[in-house]
Order: sequence, then C-alpha cells, then structure tokens
Amino acid sequence: MVEFALPKNSKITGGKTWPKPAGATEVREFKVYRWNPDDGKNPSVDTYYVDTNDCGPMVLDGLIWIKNHIDPSLTFRRSCREGVCGSCAMNIDGQNTLACTRSMHDVKDGAVKVNPLPHQPVVKDLVPDLTNFYAQYASVEPWLKTTSPTPQKEWRQTHEDREKLDGLYECILCACCSTSCPSYWWNSERYLGPAALLQANRWVSDSRDEATGERLDNLEDPFRLYRCHTIMNCAKACPKGLNPAEAIAELKLKMVERQI
Amino acid sequence: MSATDTPKRSMRTPLGRVRNLGAAHSGTSDFWRQRITGVAMTLLMIPVLVIIMMLLGRNQVGAAQILSSIPVAVILLLFIFASAWHMKIGMQVVIEDYVHNEKLKLVSIMLNNFFSVAVALASTYAILKLSSGV
Repeated sequence: MVEFALPKNSKITGGKTWPKPAGATEVREFKVYRWNPDDGKNPSVDTYYVDTNDCGPMVLDGLIWIKNHIDPSLTFRRSCREGVCGSCAMNIDGQNTLACTRSMHDVKDGAVKVNPLPHQPVVKDLVPDLTNFYAQYASVEPWLKTTSPTPQKEWRQTHEDREKLDGLYECILCACCSTSCPSYWWNSERYLGPAALLQANRWVSDSRDEATGERLDNLEDPFRLYRCHTIMNCAKACPKGLNPAEAIAELKLKMVERQI
Repeated sequence: MSATDTPKRSMRTPLGRVRNLGAAHSGTSDFWRQRITGVAMTLLMIPVLVIIMMLLGRNQVGAAQILSSIPVAVILLLFIFASAWHMKIGMQVVIEDYVHNEKLKLVSIMLNNFFSVAVALASTYAILKLSSGV
C-alpha cells in the first residue's frame, strides 16, 4: 500500500532555537527544516529570528540573511532571485512556491515556516533531489521533432498557432506543481506529473512539430497520464500562474479526439 | 522523505527508470467510458428517483406491476449497467492509486471486476424477473 506515514528516520524531532539578533528592533521568526545527511540524525526544525530592517522583503532574502548572519550551514538552492530560474522552489507556510517571489509579509500569522518541496528525497536542508522529476521531463522529449527537410530559415508558424503555446512555454520547471500533487506523491515512479505533462502538451500543441501522434502514443498510459484526477493543487501552487491541470485535460481531450 | 530512504532499486539510469516498460497505449477507453457512464447516470438519475418513489410502500405484486412497463424496466437496466461500469472503473482507479504491491493489485482488480459483474447481473436478473412477472 501507499505509505501515508513518514519513515522513522524522516520524522521531525526537536530543533535548535537561535538567539535573536542583537540590537534588532523588528524581527521575524523563521522555522526552517534542517536535515544533514552526514550526522545520522533525524530532521529538525530550527527557529531563527531575522532582522527585517536589515533584510529584503522576500522569504529568500530572509534565508540569505540567516545564512550570512546566523547559520552558514543552512543549505538551499537559489540563483536568479526574480522568479525566472525556479531554483528556490520550496514549501513556505504550507504552499509550494518560489522563495524569491513570496513576501515574508504575506505569511500572516506567526513564524514563516519553510520546508523542502514535499515528498521528494532530501539532499540536505531545503534541497530536494529532483533527479526523477528531470528524467520525466527528458522522457517527453522536449524538443522540436520533424521529418520534413529543414527550411533554409526558421520553421514558420502563424500567430494563431503561436498563441496556442501561451500558458505552456512559460513553465520554469521549478517542480512546485508536481510536488504539490497527491497523485504524484503516491505514484511518482509511473505518473509523469503536472510539470512534465504541461511540457508534453507544449510540444503536442506546437504546430511546427511533426511527431504529435508519436508523442501522444508515448503518453497514452493509465499511469503516465491518467493518474491526474483534476485535484488542481498544481494550478494553485504554480508560482507563474500557469494551469497544468488544464494542459493535462487538453492532452486527454486529444487522446479521445483521435479515437472518436 | 530523506535521501537515505531512497530505495536502492537498481543501477538503471533515471531516464531508463522513467521509461521502464514503455507506454501501455491504453487508458483512454476507460477514461472516456467513465465520462459516458457519468453523463448517463446524471441523465437517468431523475427518472430512477421517480421510479423508486413510485415503488415505495408497494408489495412485490405492486412493484412487479410497475416494472412490467418496458420504459421503466429499460431505464432501470440502463442505470444498473451505467453505474456498475462506472463503479468498476472508479474502483480500479482507486486500487491503481493506492495499492502498490503488484500481486495484491492484480488480485484486487480481479475481485473488483468479479464484484461489479456480479452486482450488475444480480440486479439485471432481479429487474427482469419482476418485470416479466415470473
């Protein structure tokens, strides 16, 4: 059966409370998931106090402040700090999102609770192992596939056809959607998940692509595609405002369309 | 889940694991049938409720009299057929979602099929028996 409980060595125990920064007039409490693969201990939640007068407004600013001023061992991914790269995806106050675009002031009550993306193996602290997620993306073969001779210039496309890619091409592969999906939690080995399926639909919808049928063949599977039960967590979580559930519904529609 | 919990399954590459046995090239039929039976049940719901209300408080002879009407019997048979099929597909989805042990999954799906067919046949037999007045 599906494992609903955490394994013994993943259960959260205790945690350290770090002292409040000296001289700070306004502080914000951060409760951050910590796990170190080297010390053999269970994960814990450490409490930090961030001096909000010395720090930017976003949750990522707070984490960087903690790393620079309190605890250099705190580990997390970040790069662009403006919602383009998807590196700092994590679970903030119970919602998967990007730490760089989520204001700590939007977290209303109490501490800012920061955890790694759910239901993924943890590499360290807030860094999840997304190997399977990236392999699933690779499995949809996210590149233009054609058999016709390559034109001398670009592959042409009408404005209308180009518009069909809106809402699909913007995905930054942060994994917020897939890791918020209960179907993905239970069957991530076989279900491709919202992100990979949105990307699959991006190529299925591309008028320039000549492998649409082959792509649909590759997706037609009770697990790869049909584990989506329209739970809609993906659309709620997406920090770019995309709707992977709708993209999956479009794929299902195309599957039916080619049979009827 | 921490990294140490990751099962050491094999030395296959991540892409090899994802591709695994390939796509089953099925699932669309069940998906479509689930919608068809869902719509059918929605349409049949009101007539079925009316029939059930007509049957309330009647004895077997009275019930047989109502069911002897061909439209009534057909509506009930269609409802039984649609709901049993819908139930079978829906339960199979739940089993596939949550039962990960392959043997247990196969047995569960088999029992689900048997149960759905048995319920459908028993109900059909009962309706036909009453409607034919045997």
